[in-house]
Parts: sequence; structure tokens; C-alpha cells
Amino acid sequence: MTELIEHEHTDAAVGPRTVELSMQQAINRALHTLLTEDPDVLVFGEDVGALGGVFRVTDGLQKEFGDQRVFDTPLAESAIMGMAVGLAMNGWRPVPELQFDGFAYPAIDQIVNQVARMNYRTRGAAPMPITLRLPSFGGIQAPEHHGESLEALFAHTPGLKVAAPSDPAEAYSLLLQSVRSDDPVVFMEPKARYWDRRPVQLSEPTDPIGTSRIVRPGRHATLVAWGAMVHKCLQVAELAAEDGVELEVLDLRWLKPIDAAGLAASVARTKRAVVVHEAPLTAGLGAEVSTLITENCFRDLAAPVQRVTGFDVPYPAGPLEPQYLPTIDRVLLAVQRTLEY
Amino acid sequence: MPPEESTGQGAITVAHLAPELTRGLYRDMRTARDLDTEAIALQRQGVFPAYVSVRGQEAAQVASATALDPARDFVFPTYREMAVALAYGVEMVGYMATHRALWHGGLYDVMGSRFGAINAVVGGPVPHAVGWAVGERLRGDQGVAMAYFGDGASSEGDVHEAMNFAGVFTAPVVFFCQNNQWALSVPNERQVAGGSIAARAEGYGMPGVLVDGNDAGAVYAATDEAVQRAREGGGPTVIEALTYRVEPHSTSDDPGRYRDEAVADRWRQRDPIDLLRTAMLQAEHADEAFFATVATEAAQRAEQIRDGVASAPEPDGSELFTHVFRETTEELTRQHRTWQEEVEL
Repeated sequence: MTELIEHEHTDAAVGPRTVELSMQQAINRALHTLLTEDPDVLVFGEDVGALGGVFRVTDGLQKEFGDQRVFDTPLAESAIMGMAVGLAMNGWRPVPELQFDGFAYPAIDQIVNQVARMNYRTRGAAPMPITLRLPSFGGIQAPEHHGESLEALFAHTPGLKVAAPSDPAEAYSLLLQSVRSDDPVVFMEPKARYWDRRPVQLSEPTDPIGTSRIVRPGRHATLVAWGAMVHKCLQVAELAAEDGVELEVLDLRWLKPIDAAGLAASVARTKRAVVVHEAPLTAGLGAEVSTLITENCFRDLAAPVQRVTGFDVPYPAGPLEPQYLPTIDRVLLAVQRTLEY
Repeated sequence: MPPEESTGQGAITVAHLAPELTRGLYRDMRTARDLDTEAIALQRQGVFPAYVSVRGQEAAQVASATALDPARDFVFPTYREMAVALAYGVEMVGYMATHRALWHGGLYDVMGSRFGAINAVVGGPVPHAVGWAVGERLRGDQGVAMAYFGDGASSEGDVHEAMNFAGVFTAPVVFFCQNNQWALSVPNERQVAGGSIAARAEGYGMPGVLVDGNDAGAVYAATDEAVQRAREGGGPTVIEALTYRVEPHSTSDDPGRYRDEAVADRWRQRDPIDLLRTAMLQAEHADEAFFATVATEAAQRAEQIRDGVASAPEPDGSELFTHVFRETTEELTRQHRTWQEEVEL
């Protein structure tokens, strides 16, 4: 935490609560805030204690809050999530971490059959205020099972809410919101953006759960993305602007519930939409987003909604990863297709 | 005590227990038996789509539940724990409602009853018990979590993960396995490598106890010891109560296709309620007048529950949408509205 304090700005132009943080540090700050404000919050998972997590997201938390509030578990994802259910039934507010997205699969039964349904099954008697922190998506040339995009699976599961921040400030406020929510939230942290440093306003969340945000306004087409792809779309928008094309970048950030109204408002203005995600194309969340746009903006659309996604292949190894993930060129081509339609 | 050895073993004793306690055990076992019989009848009448009998397992269920304190402990059941629910004080019309398929998980108050939702993923609730128990210790409270599961569930990875977690965290949990020797159609020898679930406890750093599941006094004593140990910070225990599923797996099952009913008949002869009755008479814990009174009262209570569940209202269709989230979403509200409009057409 000393490193963070060094970067604390007090200059009036930036604001007294603005600090320069990476996303991984911003999440650490949010956990710190949550552990401080609510004695029922517990942080646990594999290697989150002394090590501070494999991405150091929980760095220093055990030292500060003790090994009762921040603790390591044995290596068993299903039991980690099952344990979260029991802790929630005993009045705690669990914030478990599963180390990598691919390791969420062994816990799917607990997540889908138990966490997502317990409030329903008990007719509201046993709420599940659980936030599953899941380092997600690709872009870091990790080994197999260390880079997956599970958002469609979670968003498809009744009872779960799903968030994916795109920058440090968003990560801070979305995590506060997720953990304070009495509904279970899968919080998908884009690994590729963990180390991206920028000034962060440590501010309380103001927008309700399920709202998107316009990261960059534009008038010729809307790029819809979440997680690390928001950054990619901003790069695309920057390049397109050189050619006089003004792209609006919409950060969906809540993948369940999806901000249908926000999507519609943007696309009604721009008449064109390109959805960008890392997950494979077929039955990916882009299909849902595309349908929502078509349902709500059919008469406004000047072109069919385009999708730029990963391919329908297992997540590839390092050298092939850049060819699998949506590239700036692929997104630009899709923009061109929608403009020339 | 391998399964066959215990078959048809002789009398049991309750001399080590207080008379009031054994009378309570008997009353609940008798009531559970009558309610079980009523439930099978309701299935035959088409009121229940299906039912899973607990017949023959009343001692394992009632005596273990009686060793718990419903004011501070918490039970995590699977789907064949009707007699546990009854002995633990769960509102039984709400419990039986799940067998009428009125609501998955039952209509009783899970948190108020301190009895988890009925769960068909049989290994699923076992790690919940560990989480609850760890939470209890973190708060400095004295409650014990009781995880019920069967020999079939003992093969589930979650059960093993949960036992390992409980050992590592010294969690106040009792893993209570009713080994009724049949996981639907698969017998113990095709289910439990090594032949003993209790023996697995050693590998997880906790005591494992094998108990005659048809001996109410023995089940009570074993559970009481494990619960006290957990309460006092001594950590978890595995109890394997060896019993037998004398009925089919469910009312939809046909055990003639996979087992020799002569074996089931031998177990029927060793009925846990008859055993307890004989032991109570021997220990002079009760007289014939007590048993006659209990027979009447049990039948009456079972009928009341039967009538209650048979006449319980079906849930309103609106409940499809009510409990999905604490804070619902615009999309779900829209779907609720659409559903309402279609219903009203």
C-alpha cells in the first residue's frame, strides 16, 4: 500500500481523492474499503493470503485485516464456492476468488445449482450476497485454462449478475457495488488490464447496477464492448477519428443485467453498431447484445449489427492468441462494413 | 462391521440413555413411519408425483437429529431426510410440500428452521455445512453444522473436498452418512471402494465412527459425542450409520431389477422401531400404555400433515419471478409483465 500512497495527488485540478493506480491496485483498494466498512465481508480463495493472490490483487489485506477475514483455502474450487454458500447462510458477505477463469469450471455446480438458486429455492429466506472475483479473459499469453471468457455462461444462469470492469476507476466502484449487493455477482476482472495505470477517482458508485457508460462519444457508429475490449475499441476509435469517422464506445460493464435502454439510446443516435468480445462467436453474449439492439432499434438501424469476436475454437496458446483475439484491424473492417452497408 | 455381518444382528439397548430421551426418539420415529406410509399412499393417489421413502432409516435420522440443538445448530440435508426434519422440528407440511412438487427446496422457513433447503445434487450441500461451520467459528459462536448424505453421495467430489476443508479449518461439522447400501440401483461394493466411508475420515484428519444405523441408542450416543466434540472446538467427525433402504429408491423405482428382496426382507425383520420398543420395555423406559398412546398420536399427526400438504394451495405463478433476485432487473420485470398479460388473455 505504500506505493499507492506515494502516488496520492492532492492537486486541486485532479481532485483530492484521485490516485494513480493500476486496476489490480484499484481492486485491492476496493477490497480494503469493503473489509473496513463491513465486518461481515470475508476474502478467501487459493493463495490470497500471504502471497496476496497470483495477481497480487489481495496484497497486504491479510496483514491488515488478519487471517480470519482474509484467508487461504485448500485447492478445490467447488468447495470454495460451496463454502461461500454456507458462510452466506451464516450471515457473512463472502468475496471468494477463483484463481483463473478456466478453474471456474470445476465450481460450476456450486455456482449454477447452488449460489444462483439459493434465494429462489428458499423463497428469499437465504440470500446469497456473494461476489465471485474471477480473473478473466485472455491477452496475457497464459497457459491453457488461464484465459477464458465465461460471461455468456454466467449471464445465461438465472439468479446471477455479471460485471466486467474496463479500467481501474470502474473496477473500484463496480466492485463496491457488487459486494454491497445482496445478489450474487460474478465479477470478471480483465487480466490483460490489471497493470494498466491511470488516475483513479476513488468514488462511490453513482450509476445503478445494470447501467452501461459511454466512454467516448461519437456519431457514426457505436462500438459495444466490455473488459479489455473497451480499451481496444478506444484505440480503434482513435484511429478512425483520423479518417473523420467518429465512433462512440459504449462500455457495457454489466453483462447481466444488460443495459438495453443505454444500448438503444446510443444506437438510435449512431444508426450502426459493432459488438466486440473475446469469447467465441456462436451463442456468445454478442448475439444477445445484437438482438437487443435489433429489437429496440430496428427502424433506426442503417446496417445489420456486426460482431467481432474470438473464433469458435478452444482458447489458443500464446503465439496464436493475437490472431484469436479481436484486433484493431478486424474491428476497423467491421466498422467499414457497417458504414458501407 | 461389513454390511452382511450386521444383518439381522440381535437386540439393542437404551440403558445408557435417559427414559425421557428414548420416549422422544420413539415418538418421532413412529410419527415419521406413519407419515412415510401416508406419503407413499399420496403418491399412489396421484397427489405426489413421486416420493422417496425413509422407511428403515428412522433410527439413523431421528436419533442423529435429536443429538442436535435446533436453537444453535444447522442441518444441511439432501432429499431423503424427512425423519430428520420431523425430529428437528421443521414445519412438516412445508417440508412435505416439496414431495408434492409445490416448490423445489420445500416451503418451510429454511433460516428460521435452521434446516437447509432440500437438495437433489446430493454432494452439493456438504461444503455448505463446512462454510456455515467456519462462519460459526469466525464469529465465536458454538453452533455445529450437520451434513447429511448417503453412500451414493459419498462418491461425489464435493464430499471429499468438504471433508478436507473441514479438517484443514478444524470446522465444527458432523458428516453424517446414512449408508443404506443402495445408491439407487448400485450396491455398496460398486460404490464405496475400500468398503467403508467412516474409514475415509482418517485420511482427512478426523475421527470416523461406524455405527449400527438401526440402533437408535447407538446412533444418538455416537452423534452426541461428535456434536459435543465439534462444539468444544475438537473439529469434525465422520459418522457412518449402517442401515438399509428397505423400500425402492423412490416410488418410480423397481428394485426387483437389481436386487434380491430376500436381503431386504432380512433387514425389514430388524426394524429400528421394533428394536427400540423392545429395548425400552427391557430398560423400563416405557410401558404398553405409552406405546398405545404414541401409536394414536403419531397416526393423528401424520394424518394432519397429510391433509395439510394435500390441500396446500399451489404457488401463485407470480412466484416464478419473485425470488430470482433480491433486487430484480428491468428485464425480469418486463418478462413478468409479459407473462401477466399472457395469463390475462
